[in-house]
Amino acid sequence: MGELLNIDNISYSYHTLEGETEALSKVSFQVNEGEFIAVVGPSGCGKSTLLSLISGLIKPSDGNIYINGQISSNSGKNIGYMLQKDHLLDWRTTLKNITLGLEIQHRLTENSYLMINEMLNTYGLITFMNSKPTELSGGMRQRAALIRTLLLEPDILLLDEPFSALDYQTRIEVSDDIWRIIRREKKTALLITHDLGEAISMADRIIVLSERPGTVKSIVDVNLTIEGEKTPLKARNTPEFKDYFNLLWEELNNHEK
Amino acid sequence: MKNNKQIVQNTEVKVSKAQLEFIRAHKNRMKKITIYQIIILIVFIGMWEVLADLKLINSFVFSSPSRIVKCFIDMASDGIIFYHIGVTLLETFFSFFLVIVVGLLTAILLWWNDSISKVLEPYLVVLNSLPKSALAPVFIVWLGNNMKTIIVAAVSVAVFATIINLYTDFKEVEEDKIKLIRTLGGNKKDILFKVVIPSNIPSILSIMKVDIGLSLVGVIIGEFLAARAGLGYLIIYGSQVFKLDWVMMSIVILCIMATALYQILASIEKRFK
Repeated sequence: MGELLNIDNISYSYHTLEGETEALSKVSFQVNEGEFIAVVGPSGCGKSTLLSLISGLIKPSDGNIYINGQISSNSGKNIGYMLQKDHLLDWRTTLKNITLGLEIQHRLTENSYLMINEMLNTYGLITFMNSKPTELSGGMRQRAALIRTLLLEPDILLLDEPFSALDYQTRIEVSDDIWRIIRREKKTALLITHDLGEAISMADRIIVLSERPGTVKSIVDVNLTIEGEKTPLKARNTPEFKDYFNLLWEELNNHEK
Repeated sequence: MKNNKQIVQNTEVKVSKAQLEFIRAHKNRMKKITIYQIIILIVFIGMWEVLADLKLINSFVFSSPSRIVKCFIDMASDGIIFYHIGVTLLETFFSFFLVIVVGLLTAILLWWNDSISKVLEPYLVVLNSLPKSALAPVFIVWLGNNMKTIIVAAVSVAVFATIINLYTDFKEVEEDKIKLIRTLGGNKKDILFKVVIPSNIPSILSIMKVDIGLSLVGVIIGEFLAARAGLGYLIIYGSQVFKLDWVMMSIVILCIMATALYQILASIEKRFK
């Protein structure tokens, strides 16, 4: 498993007429292939900005982002981005929503339907294929949004608090679901969250950002003793869970001083 | 959702007495409303007719329902009224079509290029608030005493408000939906065709509903000033030669026409919901 993503000393500032706001300052970290990374930090620390930068929606003011050793904009690697809300379009059926990305990239062929069918089957959406998104539950909507992203076969998956719009119970269920899907598809993922429990239960490594302007405060490796296959729910019941929680809590509160 | 529907249906099987009573009361009320509406119409027409018959109002000036019907039958027998209705309808449809096409294209252009929209904004505001009837005489001088003038006048009545409203609606599309398209690798054209236009179909339809009425207003103004046919021409000509039957009949036909056009668009709108 080699290094896939290298964030090298990036800074980013927003400009408005009122002035300049530094969102990120000299952020550096690496992500290995197949890793699940969580980024936590106080609100407004530039977490979402970080994802926008990696996905290439905006350019860093300073520093570079390398994917497989190449500058991200010409690496030719595909980056999937899952937003906070599912943003399924109400006027399209679930199937049409899922194929939106392929449609935009003109990659929708007969063959893609084989893959779509299989995914819909595996993730329990096949019977809702022709329903409007309003008929789906919160969890189903998130799964549909994830399939929409996965169909583009991204090398890196960026998740921007994808569970924050869900109620607590659904949230635990869906994060279990999504985590399993990402692991099964062997994707490298970068999850942004303000929920420490979510970060510990899902990630291999946690990057703690400071208050604005965001800098990397510390990087925490997560090692939990789990019997059998790991799931986020099981991870929450491990003895180490509490310790990691306290550790992260300390880290975040230190920032406020 | 499916489960919810079933639950609703199950409860409907065992309807309580109170529920039945509620439905009965509601239906009664609706029936009463319809009856009152019809009574108002009958009383209005009846009073008009009776007052005219008793010569309490001058039927030469105010006309009367029976004179209007007679006038319509006279003009229908030689088909002349249908010619006038047809001309007005044709002009209205043509203006409406132009308003929608020009309105949509301009709104898209403004949405596409922020600088253009910023530059044009004050001009649109001025043109929108200007009473367009003031322009009609100018159009006659420029374009002549013909259908061109009428259509340009009608388009000018509706088109500026259409552009401004459509543009505002286009701008109100959720920022995150646009981000979604961009994260899926889409460009501005994709944002326009996958999100901005589809999400605005309801508002486009409701603007169309207003525009059909405004087009008719514009056509009648145009016909007042520059026409040899059409209901607006009948009204203005009838009032000049004191044929008030023509005037009143044309107004009644306009009422029916305006309602019918509105209903057609309302039913199209319903189908899209």
